[in-house]
Amino acid sequence: MNRISKTFDALATQGKKALIPYVTAGDPNKEATVPMMHALVEAGADVIELGVPFSDPMADGPTIQLACERSLAHGTSLRDVLGMVTEFRQTNTTTPIVLMGYLNPVEAMGYPTFVELASKAGVDGVLVVDMPPEEACDVDAMFEQAGLDFIYLLAPTSTEERIKTIGEVGRGYVYYVSLRGVTGSAAIDVEDVERNLDRIRQHVKAPLCVGFGIQNAEAAARVSDVCDGVIVGSALVSRIAEQADNPQQAMKDVSELAHSMRVAMDAHEALEA
Amino acid sequence: MSINSTEKTTADFNVDLPDASGHFGIFGGRFVSETLTAALDELQSTYEKLRNDPDFQAEFDKELAHYVGRPSPLYFAERLTEVCGGAKIFLKREDLNHTGAHKVNNTIGQALLAKYMGKKKVIAETGAGQHGVASATVAARFGLECKVFMGATDVERQKLNVYRMKLLGAEVESVTCGTKTLKDAMNEAMRHWVTNVEDTFYIIGTAAGPHPYPMLVRDFQSIIGRETQRQCDAQIGRQPDAVVACVGGGSNAIGMFHPYIKYPEVQMYGVEAGGLGLHGDDHAAPLSKGKPGVLHGNRTYLMEDENGQIMGTHSVSAGLDYPGVGPEHSWLKDVGRAQYVAATDDEAIDAFHKLTRLEGIMPALETSHAVAYAMKLAATMDKDQVIVVNLSGRGDKDIHTIAELDGVTA
Ligand SMILES: Cc1ncc(COP(=O)(O)O)c(C=O)c1O
Repeated sequence: MNRISKTFDALATQGKKALIPYVTAGDPNKEATVPMMHALVEAGADVIELGVPFSDPMADGPTIQLACERSLAHGTSLRDVLGMVTEFRQTNTTTPIVLMGYLNPVEAMGYPTFVELASKAGVDGVLVVDMPPEEACDVDAMFEQAGLDFIYLLAPTSTEERIKTIGEVGRGYVYYVSLRGVTGSAAIDVEDVERNLDRIRQHVKAPLCVGFGIQNAEAAARVSDVCDGVIVGSALVSRIAEQADNPQQAMKDVSELAHSMRVAMDAHEALEA
Repeated sequence: MSINSTEKTTADFNVDLPDASGHFGIFGGRFVSETLTAALDELQSTYEKLRNDPDFQAEFDKELAHYVGRPSPLYFAERLTEVCGGAKIFLKREDLNHTGAHKVNNTIGQALLAKYMGKKKVIAETGAGQHGVASATVAARFGLECKVFMGATDVERQKLNVYRMKLLGAEVESVTCGTKTLKDAMNEAMRHWVTNVEDTFYIIGTAAGPHPYPMLVRDFQSIIGRETQRQCDAQIGRQPDAVVACVGGGSNAIGMFHPYIKYPEVQMYGVEAGGLGLHGDDHAAPLSKGKPGVLHGNRTYLMEDENGQIMGTHSVSAGLDYPGVGPEHSWLKDVGRAQYVAATDDEAIDAFHKLTRLEGIMPALETSHAVAYAMKLAATMDKDQVIVVNLSGRGDKDIHTIAELDGVTA
């Protein structure tokens, strides 16, 4: 069993939900990322989504666009990001790492090389925003053999047929995009999410995690109620933006927000139980 | 060779592409976030129905005739031919279309699709502003709300077109992220579309993007090549030896090329923006110097660095300043059916002046790249041979750029 399923199984036994923070690797600089990952685990993260910066982040709002720009200003490459995972794994062998980003850096590296290096580095899952299952089918097996989970997105606009497809091919967890829009746009509508997740759950056996629009601890707690995990990106990244000149402070602020989410989610689950 | 009278085709190029999932060989496809999948499915199924619907086609043809002013003339550029001293150069006068470029063929088609799909709002990305103007124009024509995304750099260098769009009632949003040019305008339009898919139709301005866009833009623009075939038959009794078109995203070129693909005796030349020269990075020539990758929903030749980051491009013409290209061109390149070459900024500017002085036709700077290459090519060919240049647009919008280069304050 890989780290992702182990983590979700353990959480299920404890009656807890996964907290999945997203940060862009190399933001605000390359040296800041590994300490940031450890700090997030310390703050209560169960899985880390590590963003691979891309010059044209089409599905992201201004917050993550700017994070990519800050990171690319130092020339952060996919190889650098894999190096960060290797370094993280020297002291943490349990927290799953999911790389999140766009396809072209992977295409440029070449699939066989990427799969080999990612699995060697200790990556557990890969979420490529612009790689739908129809296009992934040629390379899917290569990822599976290397023990890398291909994580797919579902959206409010996903049809029943697509939900079925992704239920079949998705591994690790399924990322439900809570709103029509880019990352960091609006606040989440929990009732709407709940209705959609009911629909999705009929066809998807993998854990369902919800992201986009979760801005604070209270929202994280409410959303965690209806799903298996909560993904928080822009809210954390905007803390980094505010302290881009002071990575130490940025790390502190990010940890604090993540920790407040952890506390609120656990308290909420305890209340429900 | 006469296309109307011969059925001679080669099997290789007689395939009907793209395939059902939008691929031209390894190129094309649909590389988009899940959020856009449903919208693209809807567009695809609507288009597949309308593509063979005689009523829709009749409506499209009527708009092209009475609104756009088609057919556009095929003009023999006698003095230009004389100066080049080789093959006869004919110009397919897309510059005479309403709004002054080939772009309107596509925007009329997509606006009709929007109408059939019941969408009341349209959005568009634009580089030179020609596609923005063509979109704002058809939005006015069909009573649709229109928003145009344009890179801040382009807003600055194409002021006249920005004002034109505003006069037509469109809202112009200046895009300040990334390199502030066409690719960033396209990113921002996609982001807006994701957020507003319910009531908004995205009119993509070139034969790129996720399936079905490269196919439908090509279909709408193919009127250029089909008319050229008929006009060549009628005016010179034969088809040309070569067709030449500039390539930004590739819509005017594919419009000219597509109907000729299955006639391999007609050479096809796509002319990319060579900028300051292909030896450095200051150009916009992905087919000449790039490699395959994925951007804006399709796999195609791209200008990217060794880490797969998309590079900034340079061209004197905003409309060619794009790091990617439509996937059908990538396929035509790889199978060897079309040749892709480049003309530099200086060559294009020189061609602009030559055509203006010799024929009284002022081409757009984009178009001037095609003219520049055609002049070189003509000189290497025999006097009884024929080249057709797709004169994709007129140069009024570029007069201030030319004036600045000449040190004139217009
Ligand atoms: C006159 C003209 N020609 C050509 C182009 C390039 O686009 P495409 O390659 O899609 O024809 C443009 C784009 O703005 C244009 O305005």
